[in-house]
Amino acid sequence: MERIEEKLKILADAAKYDVSCSSSGSKRKNTGGIGDASASGICHTYTEDGRCVSLLKILLTNHCIYDCAFCVSRRSNDVKRAAFTVEEVVDLTMNFYRRNYIEGLFLSSGIFKNADYTMERLLRIVKKLRTEERYNGYIHLKTIPGASEELIREAGMYADRMSINLELPTEAGLKMVAPEKDHDSVRKPLAFVESQIRELRSESKLIKHKPLFVPAGQSTQMVIGATPETDLEIMNVAKTFYRDYNLKRVYYSAYVPVTNLNPLLPQIGSAPPLVRENRLYQTDWLLRFYGFELEEILNPGHSQLDLDMDPKLSWALRNPQYFPVDVNTADYPAILRIPGIGRQSAMKIVQARKFGRLHEYQLRKMGIAWNRAHHFLVCADSPIILGTPSMISVKAAILQKPVLSKKANQLSLF
Amino acid sequence: MSYLFDGTYAGFLCCVFDSFARKEPEAIPLLSGDQSADLFKAQRTVITDVESAKRVQKGLEKHLGAVAVRDFYRVFLSEDRKAWLAAFRVISRVFTAGPDILQNFGDDDVICFSLTLKKVHRERHRMKAFIRFQKSSDGLFFSIVEPDFDVLPLIADFFRERYADQPWLIWDNKRKYGLLYDQITVSPVQLSPEEKMALTTGVTLTLDERDEHFQHLWKQYFQSTNIEARRNMKLHLRHVPKRYWKYLPEKQ
Repeated sequence: MERIEEKLKILADAAKYDVSCSSSGSKRKNTGGIGDASASGICHTYTEDGRCVSLLKILLTNHCIYDCAFCVSRRSNDVKRAAFTVEEVVDLTMNFYRRNYIEGLFLSSGIFKNADYTMERLLRIVKKLRTEERYNGYIHLKTIPGASEELIREAGMYADRMSINLELPTEAGLKMVAPEKDHDSVRKPLAFVESQIRELRSESKLIKHKPLFVPAGQSTQMVIGATPETDLEIMNVAKTFYRDYNLKRVYYSAYVPVTNLNPLLPQIGSAPPLVRENRLYQTDWLLRFYGFELEEILNPGHSQLDLDMDPKLSWALRNPQYFPVDVNTADYPAILRIPGIGRQSAMKIVQARKFGRLHEYQLRKMGIAWNRAHHFLVCADSPIILGTPSMISVKAAILQKPVLSKKANQLSLF
Repeated sequence: MSYLFDGTYAGFLCCVFDSFARKEPEAIPLLSGDQSADLFKAQRTVITDVESAKRVQKGLEKHLGAVAVRDFYRVFLSEDRKAWLAAFRVISRVFTAGPDILQNFGDDDVICFSLTLKKVHRERHRMKAFIRFQKSSDGLFFSIVEPDFDVLPLIADFFRERYADQPWLIWDNKRKYGLLYDQITVSPVQLSPEEKMALTTGVTLTLDERDEHFQHLWKQYFQSTNIEARRNMKLHLRHVPKRYWKYLPEKQ
């Protein structure tokens, strides 16, 4: 009993730098056993770092034959090592799942002996869950680079999502800190799984009950701030991977220093670049859901994202010629580009204005960030301003610290 | 004019029915026990009649389709009197002005309805996330919650489908009723006066012998998966507000 607690401690601790905890996008139904995968995903709790806990995220083992400088489980690192048995992982997963602690299992592993040996162990666990426990909850499985296609294909029959991490955004960065690895060994299995998904999709027009194969798709992760890539380089890699492998997600993980022995890496104690990580995610969203092109947000003349404001605001300030946008006449894509207006509010605006011209009080109630948005839009009762607004003053107005407890204009009766 | 009804959704729909029948569009749906029922205003007690409620429901379905009509039930479960009034007025206007009215987000009633709907959805989602089962020695998985809104009816299907092979009980401790699944159907359960008595004098449920073990491991996992260098309590609290901690083992 105590031993399992210690294993969990070591192997959850070693797995936590994998930031993906998504449990969405699958469509697995409960077919006579236990569990299903909720299409929208569910975060069951949040750790004190504010990250979602959706899956039991563990390594099968932290023994590893590789010596990647950025990784806490690198073979030269002096840490406690442990390994779960197949039964232990199954027992933990089922008992956590039955108590509604988790949406499912995220299983990764250090590489022991070789790729196939490791992949085969991972496969054994997911197979046992699906077939013996009749478990239909979510499974995110790591594809082990270099594992045989037969093993990867079989694993794909049981997993909802598979992923392989790029680790560092560029090949050059990777060579600096993990000379034993290369991006090709990531591209190849990503491409293989993608081709299998595609093949099954074309076949499924002919067969009625198509088997599920990685229904929630693939993802990857890059460590940010360990090596000196620019945001432009990082987002270019992300864009390429979204396009070439039809990825569901690219994750950006602010590097948390785990060693002082490598002078090329930030040292223990230096803060992880959390704001930068956040800005990269915002950019990722703008590209995928807001109709932006990468060149608009990042280009050789502007290769780093601003840290003091979000990338949409930054773009708007650099492009005053598009503003102000009249929310009562502009089309949806133009409204979506106004800082402080998201997809839901943009949709509400387009629907609501059919009933009459919209005023400030109505826009405020729809949930837009008025303090940011009002510099960039006009509505029915906007004051008429002659000439174009100076973006320098807009920036100053938005970035000034909000004045605390300004309740002076509240009327007090007694 | 206050319309006092019995607190059921059918009763709520009957308020709409009566306000049309009596040509009283200014009616305000309230419970008979509500403090906000204005003593100086005229009151009318609405009798719940299932046939009348069905007619309103059918009429709405004809205008909006069955899926969209469920939103009125969801907003009703918010138990919020302002949202009730907004929903009441929106329903009336669907009948008088047509279904497009639901898209008029510049309108106070429509936006109030829409924002409340969003809140109920969020609470429903939270219950899917924050319910924690404990396993009793006789194999029953039970959970106690105190949701902001009366969302148990909205999560029954979800839990029945997901935990089809285990009996479970979800108890709303604020509203003093629960849902019990016996591996066939989900049915509402209430406490008899004797059981209530027993609860206040203290009843202990015998737990499965491994239950504490897994609770402990879960807490252990919760600690181990946290990255101290990224500590962000503001974000943590935004996602897991303190009022939910009481029934979350990882926050004990």
